[in-house]
Amino acid sequence: MSTQTASHTISVLVANKPGVLVRVALVFARRGYNIDSLVVSTQQDSDFSRMTITSSGDPGTLDQIIKQLFKLVDVVRAIDHTGDQVIEKELALVKVKCPPENRTQVLEIVEHFKGVTVDFGAESLILQISGGSDKIDHVLGLLSSYGVVEMVRSGKILMARGASTT
Amino acid sequence: MDKKIPTGAEVIIQCLIREGVEYVFGYPGGAAIPLFDALVDAPQIKLVLVRHEQGATHMADGYARATGKPGVVLVTSGPGATNTVTGILTAQMDSAPLIVLCGQTISPMLGKDAFQEADVTGITYPVVKHSYLVKDGNDLPRIMKEAFYIATTGRPGPVLLDLPKDITGGPCNAPFVDEVDLPGYEIPSMPDRADLQKAAALIAKSRKPLLYIGHGAVISGAGKVVTQLAEKLGSPVVNTLLGKGAMPEDHVLHMGMLGMHGTAYANKAVMNCDLIFSIGARWDDRIIGKISEFCPNATKIHLDIDPAEFGKIIQPDVSLVGDAKRGIEALLPLVRKLESADWIKECSAWRKQYPLRYGKQGGLKAQMVLDELDKLTRGKAIVTTDVGQHQMWAAQFIRSTFPRSWISSGGAGTMGFGFPAAIGAQLGVPDKPVWAIVGDGGFQMTLCELATAALQRVPLKILIINNNYLGMVRQWQELFFDNRYSGVDMVGNPDFVKLAEAYGVKAWRIRRNGDVKRILKQAMAYNDGPCLIEAEVVKEDNVFPMVPAGAGYKDMLIERPKQKMAKPTGST
Repeated sequence: MSTQTASHTISVLVANKPGVLVRVALVFARRGYNIDSLVVSTQQDSDFSRMTITSSGDPGTLDQIIKQLFKLVDVVRAIDHTGDQVIEKELALVKVKCPPENRTQVLEIVEHFKGVTVDFGAESLILQISGGSDKIDHVLGLLSSYGVVEMVRSGKILMARGASTT
Repeated sequence: MDKKIPTGAEVIIQCLIREGVEYVFGYPGGAAIPLFDALVDAPQIKLVLVRHEQGATHMADGYARATGKPGVVLVTSGPGATNTVTGILTAQMDSAPLIVLCGQTISPMLGKDAFQEADVTGITYPVVKHSYLVKDGNDLPRIMKEAFYIATTGRPGPVLLDLPKDITGGPCNAPFVDEVDLPGYEIPSMPDRADLQKAAALIAKSRKPLLYIGHGAVISGAGKVVTQLAEKLGSPVVNTLLGKGAMPEDHVLHMGMLGMHGTAYANKAVMNCDLIFSIGARWDDRIIGKISEFCPNATKIHLDIDPAEFGKIIQPDVSLVGDAKRGIEALLPLVRKLESADWIKECSAWRKQYPLRYGKQGGLKAQMVLDELDKLTRGKAIVTTDVGQHQMWAAQFIRSTFPRSWISSGGAGTMGFGFPAAIGAQLGVPDKPVWAIVGDGGFQMTLCELATAALQRVPLKILIINNNYLGMVRQWQELFFDNRYSGVDMVGNPDFVKLAEAYGVKAWRIRRNGDVKRILKQAMAYNDGPCLIEAEVVKEDNVFPMVPAGAGYKDMLIERPKQKMAKPTGST
């Protein structure tokens, strides 16, 4: 079995029932797999929820994880979208130390990456950045030299392009 | 006058009746009182009062495996519920349908460390097929319907219901339901036509085919069609520990059990086949040994109702998703007789060259006792076992000739399983003799159920293979750990005959070869409730053949090795 590890994004459609999150998490935990990010949201039909999970590990084990997820009674679908044509987005809120002398530079970065300034304080700004996870990583790298006070990321969400089902 | 609104507990019991439940294996407690109270008005259901909740789960499991119907367990909250965990794991690992009804503290007290509160739903998530924490009494009819449906369909398994006392004691207004709506639950039925054709094409090329049949073949009732397939192809057959009985083991094409303690001729067939076709088996680590050395040159076909089994251990050349019986039925018209006469001859030669054997000298041998039992029962009995050396010897020497006649804890390897499972099996199948073959270690884990067996007057026979050791662990310590015995001496064992008599259970002791047949016959003739035979066998004997854990089949030991062995790399 391959030992290479890669990040995978798995979309799981589940019945909206208590305990379903634990059941899903246990499939990963039992095999010693960490969930890197997890987004849960309800669907138009409130009987169902969508989980978008990113995890990394060897492909054989992840394949087994997806099959075991699919086996859960409360899981309707579990699809590994790695390598598929998908739209991936994530949102980050970043509180940056920003005394007046740095403002112009920080705002230039925000503008360049089509971010939004959502809070303007005397000594700090809160910036909202959205887009692919790589882009957010990159922006955070640029902002780190100014001093990131706090940061929250939503976790990745994803949707299959065109006629494909997520 | 208004019609009385039934309580949740009454509805649950009515649902059990609607599902055709005959027996509930249970032990009461505060949080389960409403359910036990409702049982008073349901004489159709017989309550089997056990002595420990673990026993209840194994009895329900034995009942389920012997009958094919789900076994029902009823226990209270907290420790009552946690005592079922081992039994639930056992059922889950071996795909046995159980319904486990657990009392729970009242809903407003959930999560507040109430008296006898345990988060049994949380504790059992990893070992159930599905579970419900019921928060609304009106959900009960639906949940009961779903629970039975999930437990018994597809790959069967245990379903747990966590039932707060205010829900079972409170009203339930909802009507009974007959349909389930579970969008996340799919049951594969028939393998894909194209896959069946691919499999048939691969089979047609084989000259050394081997059918490898597991518990799935028993569960789906595929025994007859598997036998037809073997005969039509001209293919030898091996079975797993839990596949015993799917196809009669006295059939001319049957090569016995494969794997760690399989017959040498079965394992020789595995090593030399050019095609291995798994029917309802899961390439367990005690079958496969070293994955890279397992039939590397054989084509592999895998028929299983659980798609998660494909590629889990072995990547098959063709996967057939579906029920074993329906899959084989659909495959039969697509295959023809193979040119396998030479191969069958080769297999027969191995059978003659490497028969199962044991020393006839030097005291009473467990193998001899079991061999005699096989000759006396002639495949007509249901046999349950515990876990350890006696289990492997029984698997080798007791030939199972009909489905559901062999009941043993395979995946979980649960000591303490065999005896209570026999009680459940005997209640489920009253017209067949039932033998519980147990070791002195495992029997003591659940021997309190002697009271249950005596109370139910089940005519089962308990055969204790007593070597005063935890023999399988001792065997490993002897072979792989330089004879450094640690924690295996069962010094302090009771006098099992006196112990049985204390429960009012008839008992005999066998010490000499000359006593074996006579006492086994006496036990077979005894019909006034359960009876027990203690066979005091030689202390230090080993199970062979043996493929050390994690080793390849080429390293199979047929007898005690002369040289010191390396520690096994496999997990167990």
